[in-house]
Amino acid sequence: MVIFLSLLAGLVFGLGLIVSGMANPAKVLGFLDLAGPWDPSLAFVMGGAIFVGAVAFAVARRRTVSFLGLDMKLPSSNRLDPRLVVGSVVFGIGWGIAGFCPGPALVALGMGEAKALVFVLAMLAGMGIFEALESRATGRGARSA
Amino acid sequence: MTIDWSSFTPWHAALGGVAIGIAAAMFILLNGRVAGISGILGGLLRPVRADIAWRVAFVAGLVASPVVYALFGAVPAPRIDAGYPALIAAGLLVGVGTRYGSGCTSGHGVCGLSRLSPRSLAATAAFMLAGFATVFVARHLLAA
Repeated sequence: MVIFLSLLAGLVFGLGLIVSGMANPAKVLGFLDLAGPWDPSLAFVMGGAIFVGAVAFAVARRRTVSFLGLDMKLPSSNRLDPRLVVGSVVFGIGWGIAGFCPGPALVALGMGEAKALVFVLAMLAGMGIFEALESRATGRGARSA
Repeated sequence: MTIDWSSFTPWHAALGGVAIGIAAAMFILLNGRVAGISGILGGLLRPVRADIAWRVAFVAGLVASPVVYALFGAVPAPRIDAGYPALIAAGLLVGVGTRYGSGCTSGHGVCGLSRLSPRSLAATAAFMLAGFATVFVARHLLAA
């Protein structure tokens, strides 16, 4: 059941990215280019998603188990550490270079785009570099949002 | 600032956004987890046996979404202007950055802001500002 729902959630997420135009890097870069002819669409995608998400997380916050009886794994940390900010800045630079963040890259991969494949392989290599550095720096566990 | 009205698609953007929100809602309310794509994907590189199947399933759903979309209509073709060296550099930065920053546009931007997480608000501000700055440098300083 969890596996089926995860597949379905990934599918609905991907369809949302296609419908919203966010699987198209040119459109994402149109949002990030404030000084050029600006396309505000991405802000409306975030608005639509957060509108629904806010209700869901308000419900989730009051529960200790999901509606399927699984543990509710909400991130609990409130610490604003340098790695959060520096990591996010590094991500933002990469995002601005190609117009791809992880979700849209995976969707474009499914469209058979060779450039998306190259980006995804490089992204996996980057994640692998992170894992290698993390396992060397023992005692500092990785968190994920 | 000038609005590019010919590219601006508020209704499709909001509709797609609602679908993304529904996917995130399903994930937290049924599976009890945050739908953060970089975390779900990155977790496969340090596999925990019980988590492999649902992680692979979520990623497979994302990759399969254009195929399902094609059942109902023509899939809009993406325009990827970046060349291969830029794509490799961008991919490496996105891979390393999202893991150090504990999330990306989905985990921090959608889920984190939905639950008013101060960490996600800081992360989203950081990657948005870095994205704006990078495109400004690339398009208006280097290309000029």
